Amino acid sequence: MTVESDNDLEGQIAEWRAYTRRRRELHHTDAEELEDHLRSRIHELTEAGLHADEAFLIAVKRMGSLDELSREFAREHSERLWKQLVLPAEPDASATARSRRELTVMVACAVVAALAIKVPSWFGLDMSDDHAGFYARNISLFALPPLAAYFAWQRRVGFRVVEELALLFVVGAVAANAYPLTNDSQSSVLTAIHLPLALWLVVGVAYVGGDWRSDRRRMDFIRFTGEWLIYFALIGMGGGVLTAFTAGTFNAIGVDAAGFIQSWLLPCGAMAAVIVSAWLVEAKQSVIENMAPVLTRVFTPLFAATLLAFLVAIIWTNNGIDVERDALILFDLLLVVVLGLLLYAISARNLTARPGLFDRLQLALVVTALIIDILILVAITGRITEWGFTANKTAALGENVILLTNLAWSAWLLLGFVRGRMPFGRLENWQTRYIFVYAVWAWTVVFVFPPVFDFA
Amino acid sequence: MHITKDLVAASATPLVLGILADGESYGYAILKQVNELSGGNLEWTDGLLYPLLHRLERVGHVKSAWETPSGGRRRKYYRITDQGRAELTEQRRQWSAVVDALRGVWNTTQSIKPITPPAWEAG
Repeated sequence: MTVESDNDLEGQIAEWRAYTRRRRELHHTDAEELEDHLRSRIHELTEAGLHADEAFLIAVKRMGSLDELSREFAREHSERLWKQLVLPAEPDASATARSRRELTVMVACAVVAALAIKVPSWFGLDMSDDHAGFYARNISLFALPPLAAYFAWQRRVGFRVVEELALLFVVGAVAANAYPLTNDSQSSVLTAIHLPLALWLVVGVAYVGGDWRSDRRRMDFIRFTGEWLIYFALIGMGGGVLTAFTAGTFNAIGVDAAGFIQSWLLPCGAMAAVIVSAWLVEAKQSVIENMAPVLTRVFTPLFAATLLAFLVAIIWTNNGIDVERDALILFDLLLVVVLGLLLYAISARNLTARPGLFDRLQLALVVTALIIDILILVAITGRITEWGFTANKTAALGENVILLTNLAWSAWLLLGFVRGRMPFGRLENWQTRYIFVYAVWAWTVVFVFPPVFDFA
Repeated sequence: MHITKDLVAASATPLVLGILADGESYGYAILKQVNELSGGNLEWTDGLLYPLLHRLERVGHVKSAWETPSGGRRRKYYRITDQGRAELTEQRRQWSAVVDALRGVWNTTQSIKPITPPAWEAG
């Protein structure tokens, strides 16, 4: 055998190996075992006088078709068709070491987050009703800094970015605590809602490794947020079961666990779950199908139908909209849901695919939501001047306007796309840029609203 | 001579276990031995031996280990377990019962004749 034919043979074997790699049913070690077989067969055939390439062809033929092989392997290893999260799955040592280290750092961050929520109680701020406002305003300051730290470590961000992140969290802490807010003031509630939002976007800066100017990375963060919410909800449900069993079993032996559950299990568990969910999303990213787009597919038609029915009902009954004060918040949430459906359809979409039925459905959903919201706004703005501008109402109205603007322009872009005049990418760009509007608004509510409304 | 798929499949397990009972071996060597033992009549698709070996390992009849000879590529060796030996004994018992029965059939019919259609069908 010449050196040249040897190289040829190695090339052919490498190609064959590449084919086996694409089969999910064949693991790395199986492919290695089969390759050893292939080489033995080739060796024997060349010993018998065949050329290397002839020997290769015969050996491959005798091995059997990869389809048939994969089918047999799948029958024997059916678990492989279900992608599992195996921690150190990678065969090479450096990747295993890395994923182990990641696990350790994640656990450390989760422990820090879980303990952070207990720190105030060492200084006399226990979790009683007296300090409910304090905990509500600061809730995001316990778990999100460790989460940002985890991503900062994982993405190996530069020192500058770490400084910026630290600064932003300090600013957040100041915003939550510097103003004289009473427990039940509207401003306190608004801060409790908006500070987590503002700080979540700060986590986003860490998530994208400081590269927040990149559209693609911001889209990744949107994807991450959707998956994170789903994992967090799932862990929350598991936590609920754990809590119920803890309470029930200890009750059965006459020990009251309520105190432990309230001051340790629930708060510490929730904080740690924030980190664990984020880690799970990262670890499962390429292993499992993203859930948020799947849910979006299921619920977009249902929401579209419901909103359409509601719109028809408004027109049919013709009895004007007699809205309560709180209705504005309900319709804000509705717009958030519609926006979420839009975002997570975008996040999974192939940007170059042609417009289809689903895009039209989405356009219908967005337009219906817009019409309903405008009707509500018209009905409510008249009254708002009557009631006067409180912090709550201004915030609710501001949010409505922000979401309405987003959806109106989205509808326009979507229409252009459905009619084949605009590329889909513009809609994605619009959404990823709009994140800055949310950030500015959230910080405004946290910083500017309390003094403007006299800390009411 | 061509041996049908069902017969190949049925005899695969006792063959592999029997070969491994002689000492540890690896896929390619097992296949070659099957080929020699059957005088080339038993033809397996090479690749399909491996899912079979993996199944035997899963149920505990064999154990496997990767070994690297000095200066060579690493190779997966299979070794029979005690449970595998027990299974082999059992299979052997069943197969000899089958073979005895078949032998009885061959003897009573004396010789295999080409099948002629019965008279009522021809008429």
